Amino acid sequence: MELLLVLILGLLYAAGVYLILRRSMVKLLLGIMLLGNGANILIFVLGKITKGSPPVINEAYKVFQDIYADPIPQALILTAIVISFGLTSFAIVLLKRVYALVDSDDLDDLNTPEEEDI
Amino acid sequence: MIDNHILAPIFVQLFTAIIQLMFWRKTLTQRYLSVGGSLIGLMVAFRLFGRVQEDGILTLNAANWDAPFGIVFVADTLSVTLVLLTSIACFAVSIFSSVGLSRQRMLYGYFPIFHFLIMGLHGAFLTGDIFNLYVYFEVIIISSFVLMTLGGRKAQLEGAVKYMAMNILASMFFLTGIGILYGITGSLNMADLSIRIQDVENKALVGITSCFFIIGFGIKSAVFPLYYWLPSSYHTPPSAVAATFGGLLTKVGIYAMLRVFSLIFVPDDFIKTLLMVMAILTILTGAFGALIKTNIRRLFSYLIVCHIGFMMGGIAMFSKVALMGAVFYLIHDIMVKTNMFLIAGVIRQLRGTMDMNKLGGLYRDYPKISLLVALVLFSLVGIPPLSGFWPKIFLFQEAFTQHQYFFIAALIIGSFVTLYVIANMWAQVFWKNPPEEENIENLFAPMPPYKKILMVLPIAILTVATLYIGLNAEAIVRVTDTISTQLMDPSMYVEAVLGNKMD
Repeated sequence: MELLLVLILGLLYAAGVYLILRRSMVKLLLGIMLLGNGANILIFVLGKITKGSPPVINEAYKVFQDIYADPIPQALILTAIVISFGLTSFAIVLLKRVYALVDSDDLDDLNTPEEEDI
Repeated sequence: MIDNHILAPIFVQLFTAIIQLMFWRKTLTQRYLSVGGSLIGLMVAFRLFGRVQEDGILTLNAANWDAPFGIVFVADTLSVTLVLLTSIACFAVSIFSSVGLSRQRMLYGYFPIFHFLIMGLHGAFLTGDIFNLYVYFEVIIISSFVLMTLGGRKAQLEGAVKYMAMNILASMFFLTGIGILYGITGSLNMADLSIRIQDVENKALVGITSCFFIIGFGIKSAVFPLYYWLPSSYHTPPSAVAATFGGLLTKVGIYAMLRVFSLIFVPDDFIKTLLMVMAILTILTGAFGALIKTNIRRLFSYLIVCHIGFMMGGIAMFSKVALMGAVFYLIHDIMVKTNMFLIAGVIRQLRGTMDMNKLGGLYRDYPKISLLVALVLFSLVGIPPLSGFWPKIFLFQEAFTQHQYFFIAALIIGSFVTLYVIANMWAQVFWKNPPEEENIENLFAPMPPYKKILMVLPIAILTVATLYIGLNAEAIVRVTDTISTQLMDPSMYVEAVLGNKMD
């Protein structure tokens, strides 16, 4: 399980970095999304995956007797997912507006020499 | 010591923003609320600052979870000083934006978002949990995305794409760093991390993790070679927004670096050298970039980059005196850079342009405003006894002690180029005769007198704050001395956070 996740997260990071280095805006966005997912899986893997032992203390005891699944990585990932959801939806709208204005998907075209601003 | 006042600055901004959301179409009400909320926030920040001066480090365990397990808020001297400075800048900017911003932009929710941004800044300064710091960073960047694109002109959106891509990337690096840090230590509380990281046997892994943080915070604070997004986006939004960004946002990166590198990754020789090389190149590239710009705000953007290098150099030398210099420069820089962008906004109102070639004759037409601006420019350049001068003494002193001659050279070049660029700007904008053929679009003259006052008042407020920092440097040195003592010896911070059990 760990090995599979490690491979997947390596793949996600590699694909994300590759896509970010492209000139297309859509690929930039996809790359950012893949990197975000890679980071989430990284947190998940580094939180030491434990199967079938939820972090609930047995009624008879006051503290954990066994190894238990760490709930913190899941809380972190949940937070990170919500945040990246917000960021991604903003980014999609922004890129759509830019595409409508610039009429190009190429990041190198984003250099209108407009000096006057408010 | 447990104290619930820590959250007050965050809550003031939060409630101001929420109440403003209820008056979505009523921009006049929003303006009053914004200035009022900022004023209350400023008073609360002063009070918190006073309490920390009296009682030492304050902490608050959120939801009463004991320290390493729950989220903890910590107010040490560095945090409250930055909260106070942010509040002053927020007060000035909210006054300025109530007259300096078009009603169209206010209708799209400028004020609520602005206060959410300030809330994020306060939260980032006050939290003692590294994941919570990440969350506040996200609050800051998502608010700043909205502010940057507000109005939706083409140049703005183009700048926003670069800004957004780089900032999200920085967050990803930061998040990856947090993930690895959690994996090797099993904690997120910064005080707890500072103890646990010493027990990690694989020091190489710790070093690599710290590189993730350097890159993440480096993008945010715009250091070489990660700063390119800044000059290509900071000149696009309205001046009020640019003032908030230029004065405060890059400084959060510096704050985070100070915090993380003093508490968790105490720099070894490799990290020190890396930071020092970055600092020197940041100063040089920023300075040379500023030399060739003719648009005032592009010039200021490069000066931000240049002066970030001064603070980075202070962190890189990592000694008590060096950190005093870095923190003093941080205090000075927040006030001055915010002010510079507000000044650019006023110049734009006076002449309808920010291109130095098309400007001129402002001293003849507006001598009083020009003198006010001159004070700010002198402070920025660091003419003794104004505020930019004092931190450089500490930086030079420590650089000589540690034989960092390249850094000294970079400091001198950076300071001289700043002087040259600012003198050139002064000559071009204020002294030169205005070009004849232009039909000047003066938005300032037809304004009613109260609006004129409201437009210049924030600059005056920030100038007074700068003059206070410069002329009463002894008080500031005392504060920075406390800060750097706390930074160099994290045991006080750790003791305050972890020793604070509720029984």
